[in-house]
Amino acid sequence: MRAATSAAIEDGVLPTLTALLVALVAGDLLILSYGQAPGEVWRLMMSGTWGNAYGIGQVLYKATTLVFTGLSVAIGLRAGLFNIGAESQLAAGGFCAAALGLLLPTGMTPWLAIPMCLLAAMLGGALVGFIPGVLRARFGAHEVIATIMLNFVVLALLNWAISATGLAVPETLHTPPVASSSIPRLAAFFPVFHGSAANGTILLALMAVTVSAWLLFRSRFGYELRATGLQPLAAESAGIRVPRIWMMAMVLGGAVAGLGGSNFVLGYKNYFEDGFNGGAGFLGIAVALVGRNNPFGVLLAALFFATLSQGGLAIHALVPKQMVEVLEGIVILAVAVSVPEVRRLLRARPAPSATTLPVTV
Amino acid sequence: MVTADLSAARRIHSSLSLAAPIRAGDLSRFMRPLITALIVLALVHGGLLFVQPTNAPAAELAGDGPQVGVVFDLGGRGDKSFNDGAYLGAESAAKKLQARVQFIEPGDGSDRGAGLRLLAAERRALVVGVGFIFTDDLIELAKEYPDVNFAGVDFAVGTDKFGDPIPPPPNVAALKFREEEGSFLVGALAALVGGSKKVGFLGGMDMPLIHKDEAGYRAGVMHVCKDCTVIAQYAGVTPEAFRNPSKGKELALSQYQQGVNVIFHASGSTGLGMFEAARAMGRGHYGIGVDADQYGEAPGYVLTSMVKGVDNVVYDTIRRVKDGTFQGGIFSYGLKEKGVGYVYDARNRALIPDSVRARLLDIERDIVAGRIRVPSTRS
Repeated sequence: MRAATSAAIEDGVLPTLTALLVALVAGDLLILSYGQAPGEVWRLMMSGTWGNAYGIGQVLYKATTLVFTGLSVAIGLRAGLFNIGAESQLAAGGFCAAALGLLLPTGMTPWLAIPMCLLAAMLGGALVGFIPGVLRARFGAHEVIATIMLNFVVLALLNWAISATGLAVPETLHTPPVASSSIPRLAAFFPVFHGSAANGTILLALMAVTVSAWLLFRSRFGYELRATGLQPLAAESAGIRVPRIWMMAMVLGGAVAGLGGSNFVLGYKNYFEDGFNGGAGFLGIAVALVGRNNPFGVLLAALFFATLSQGGLAIHALVPKQMVEVLEGIVILAVAVSVPEVRRLLRARPAPSATTLPVTV
Repeated sequence: MVTADLSAARRIHSSLSLAAPIRAGDLSRFMRPLITALIVLALVHGGLLFVQPTNAPAAELAGDGPQVGVVFDLGGRGDKSFNDGAYLGAESAAKKLQARVQFIEPGDGSDRGAGLRLLAAERRALVVGVGFIFTDDLIELAKEYPDVNFAGVDFAVGTDKFGDPIPPPPNVAALKFREEEGSFLVGALAALVGGSKKVGFLGGMDMPLIHKDEAGYRAGVMHVCKDCTVIAQYAGVTPEAFRNPSKGKELALSQYQQGVNVIFHASGSTGLGMFEAARAMGRGHYGIGVDADQYGEAPGYVLTSMVKGVDNVVYDTIRRVKDGTFQGGIFSYGLKEKGVGYVYDARNRALIPDSVRARLLDIERDIVAGRIRVPSTRS
């Protein structure tokens, strides 16, 4: 048991560590190419993110959205499906939360209004996940194509709903503020976080991590889902209804991504703004990849990418923002390359055990 | 039902998920290459940390004048219009007023507030947000940092329930443009030069900001040519409509074929298609550019460009901070303040007859003097 655990840690940690070091060295060289001192740039990046309460709050805020989209992608991948649609699921979730919030009477108690809006966010995301899910399960349409295409459709629809129907405040691209259901900012409880966008949605993100870890690794549904992901033919002969699992995985992933929309809409700005998703859904793919499709790994990876994103602002005076984007790309590439490469090294050992479906990770 | 594309999903999956557990024996022997690689990478990184390049470029445009921070809109630098205009204005302030300027390009929505806050927390003398989208963030931060001056280009001034404008906080300068005045002039120009009683307008996204251009343009056409008709078309209802040159070309070609000789576009890069259409139609067909001087897009076919002086306005605001005359409030820039205008220089002089130029100067004087009222909405 101990051996299995330490092997799992090796397998989970070593490739990522290698990838991060590769990215760090690449970052050093990039910084040097701008004629700046790497030590100074990294120091600025750390002090602008984890060096003060405001920076920490901003990192937590950005990480919150990434946790949701990362989980969404990870759940799909565990079922063997590549969900590229987290971006539009996130946006649809945010829109539905705001739309319901605007319909609710302003005097309504937040204890009722917030859960209703959260539910709306999940339903909105789930609906967008359901479409490629059912296309895959019933008609065998590839979910990669379906989700990519649906991104265009959904984002265009939302844009239309905002700009062409008079829902937006004049001269802007956002709805009026949702008075009834606003999730309090962290600063309301801890004044040191004053000014940062971090809000109560963080707790939801932590809950989502725990629940999806339990669901994936401790529940019968999760077992069926992972079995489907590993080998659908075998899963089907074992009596698992594979198409149903595929559909459920997409719906679930959509719901989780949709819930992420509440971070901006209910927690930060209190309104839906066209384009608030800003690529967080696509970055979720990277988060899931670096987090190795493990909910707790997703949490760490989300914090990492959030640090890079916020740190990018802090080092702006020295290097252009594109450096951070390049760095993100290098991390993704390095992880993608180093995972199989490191695993090959690990596998080179004698007498590997037979492939089994681990119950724990 | 299991479908045939499983192998693809399996491949993706097997490269991403955890493998089977592996026995942890013989770690040292088989892990050696990996550990070596890790150590080498760590050493290289550690070494690079201490490299101090000589003559590193300055962190900001330096000087001993006022400290200024500029946060760009999501489009960022290189858009050849709005953001670049703000950059140019700040850059010339750095040269002429010795301002120290730091620029920030936000990545996502929450970065807008974060970028402004970063600069405000440094107690800079002036923090500028470029684009209407900064309106809310500016209002919030201005209340929090009453001793910092803020300015918003295209700041969206709200109206109260009586329809009166709500003034921004006292330390915020709302920098607005009267685009319709510039559009009025190019409308008159289009009608005078076109000579076919039909002139064209090509809008990007169908929205009030662009309707302002159309309204001014129409009024300008009608002012010099009562029996002219304006064919106005929009490329779409989404922001995509500002980035669709092929749609722009298609619309422009159809207008030219209906007998239009001059088209004014307010459509971002969609307008590049209009210039291409003018070139395809050949001599006598012109396009009018917008925001910046677009002569270079199709030399010989660009009659003029309606320019929005974001650079002048940003420079002017920085100058007022330096002089200590900065004030909050709504600032409207039109022809009188040289906030908008049209290009007339050595390159397009040949396309505009002297009589037309003289007529335009008259109209400009009338607008500045208030003798002509330019509408800002379509009626």
